[in-house]
Amino acid sequence: MTTAQTISKSAAAIDKARAEGRAALIGYLPAGYPSVEQTIAAGIALAENGADLIEVGIPYSDPVMDGQVIQAATTEALANGFSVRQVFDVVAGITSKTDAAVLVMTYWNPVVRMGVEEFSRRLSEAGGAGLITPDLIPDEAAEWMEASDKYGLDRVFLVAPSSTTERMQRTVDASRGFVYAVSIMGVTGARTSVSTAAKDVVAAAHAAGAERVCVGLGVSNAGQVREIAAYAEGVIVGTALVAAIRDGGVDAVAALTKDLSTGLTREEA
Amino acid sequence: MADAPSANADNNAAEAFLQGGSLKHAPGPYFGSYGGRWMPESLIAALDELEETFDKAKEDPEFRAQIADLNKNYSGRPSLLTEAKRFSEHAGGVRIFLKREDLNHTGSHKINNVLGQALLAKRMGKTRVIAETGAGQHGVASATAAALMGLECVVYMGAEDCRRQALNVARMELLGATVIPVTSGSQTLKDAINEALRDWVANVDNTHYLLGTAAGAHPFPAMVRYFHEVIGEEARAQILDQVGRLPDAVCACIGGGSNAIGIFHGFLDDPSVKIFGFEAGGDGVDTGRHAATITLGKPGVLHGARSYLMQDDDGQTIESHSISAGLDYPGVGPEHSYLADIGRVSYEPITDSEAMDAFKLLCRTEGIIPAIESSHALAGAIKVGQRLAAEAAASGGTAEDKIVIVNLSGRGDKDVATAAEWFDLLDKDSAEAEIGKEGEQL
Repeated sequence: MTTAQTISKSAAAIDKARAEGRAALIGYLPAGYPSVEQTIAAGIALAENGADLIEVGIPYSDPVMDGQVIQAATTEALANGFSVRQVFDVVAGITSKTDAAVLVMTYWNPVVRMGVEEFSRRLSEAGGAGLITPDLIPDEAAEWMEASDKYGLDRVFLVAPSSTTERMQRTVDASRGFVYAVSIMGVTGARTSVSTAAKDVVAAAHAAGAERVCVGLGVSNAGQVREIAAYAEGVIVGTALVAAIRDGGVDAVAALTKDLSTGLTREEA
Repeated sequence: MADAPSANADNNAAEAFLQGGSLKHAPGPYFGSYGGRWMPESLIAALDELEETFDKAKEDPEFRAQIADLNKNYSGRPSLLTEAKRFSEHAGGVRIFLKREDLNHTGSHKINNVLGQALLAKRMGKTRVIAETGAGQHGVASATAAALMGLECVVYMGAEDCRRQALNVARMELLGATVIPVTSGSQTLKDAINEALRDWVANVDNTHYLLGTAAGAHPFPAMVRYFHEVIGEEARAQILDQVGRLPDAVCACIGGGSNAIGIFHGFLDDPSVKIFGFEAGGDGVDTGRHAATITLGKPGVLHGARSYLMQDDDGQTIESHSISAGLDYPGVGPEHSYLADIGRVSYEPITDSEAMDAFKLLCRTEGIIPAIESSHALAGAIKVGQRLAAEAAASGGTAEDKIVIVNLSGRGDKDVATAAEWFDLLDKDSAEAEIGKEGEQL
């Protein structure tokens, strides 16, 4: 990874967890659901209850990688008038109160519309760590590579069970902070078990030189977190947290985070 | 987009064309600064596999023979080129010829693409195809190809469109397909594509996504165009045969743009032929209720390609509006965006009202009920004809010396309920009137 000149906030957060003998916990929240204030409060609750990194999603009209729970939340946020620039308020609101690394997860068109350079500058000013880009592959990312270097932002690309060795290498080389390993072929959503493919994807990413690989998609409970913590540097939880904030607000997010974090230690692995 | 400064690329291509270069057979993934692969990594391997299979197939005489045989003996190609003499009287008196894709099996140009892609699915060992559909034409065509080749078929269709096109849902089911109504987002074509992509990413091992238009991630735009190039090739040969020269203008309707790119391709390298694409202007481009993507959209990325896109200041896709479900899409194929930027093709909006007038006119003057999609091309051809007639008069010629080809991309049987409501032909208490009435509220 090209971490040499840039201090990666995501890498620092993951390394801090590693120094404590555990995997990092990454929690996802859609910005503006149910409100901008609630997202900030939930983000702070995540950080205070064991999350090392926070992934703030930008609600988008065409979320092709998301399952029904996240779709419903982001559709509601948009219906409530969420605008993209508010994501910077969410990031700043969380980073000003916690030490967690805060990344933005976004489909690419909202970034294109604002301008990659402008978006990057504002994210950096808000204290953001970088971007997770589910529909941007390194092949199309020239502009983002340049802007992320300029503003010292992490660029978290995804790798999947279907990634060839060649693509795995290219994606690992292009990433900074960590590599997002998609655990299964599918969209976001809680699943009863973690696919066995996840371990293979992580191994392939490590073999390609990735120092930090985090696993997401389908992870919803402490048992699954423990399973993944045995072989990956971080565990990403999304849908379960969205369901928690939907059903029980910030308190439920805090409780779930606390529970999830019990699975992070590697000693039982 | 990645490496090429877009303006330069466009200028170079435009310059090259003006100096006799070719615009035909553009291979992708980029058309100027448009196209590419703005897709989740999970699907890249499948796109690579498809690209490789397609590249091999089009060089394979056996594959080409299979396509030619299906086109001739199953679809009924070549489709006719019919002179519309009485219709022409309403277009300034120029001579208008209709490329009769409405006469293909399943009633539209869509069959050209689905047969090709279904053959590729078989070559890749896939046992299941999925498709999106707006009006139902592509869904019916996909269900047809799947039945013919023994593939499982699932069609995603917006819930609103299912209701607007209830008979097409029944047609797909008769052909053995499963139709899944999509209730997310705006419940129309773009959301059906989103849902099909979600299915594809989860089932990519055994499933081919049979995308219905010349849009999406590479190789779809170039591949779908390839299967539709037969329209332009036939039309060019037919007009040379019938009148001994090339047309002055070629017209087609544009949603995603597959029928248009198919007929345009035959004439792209003929500088004397003006080419026109007609977008859905809905209630009018100044009302905000339209699908005039190139006319009013801005470049962005959606469904895998960089292209013109109807979007708001946040980059959220804006819902499109058109009386024609098949044109009701807020995006457009990337090659059209490129052809628009370099000025090779002119794109103009046609309102619902203009399209429906042309629909009725063709019915009454030629005894042909066109698809409402194709009626946009007919309405555009009337305008083009009148302009050409004025030009002819100004230069001392006659309108009859001007020749226009219109791609009649589909037949209008599916649109009879909508048209009957539009023209107030239904008993107010009939079930059809109810369907039409709700359609008006969309």
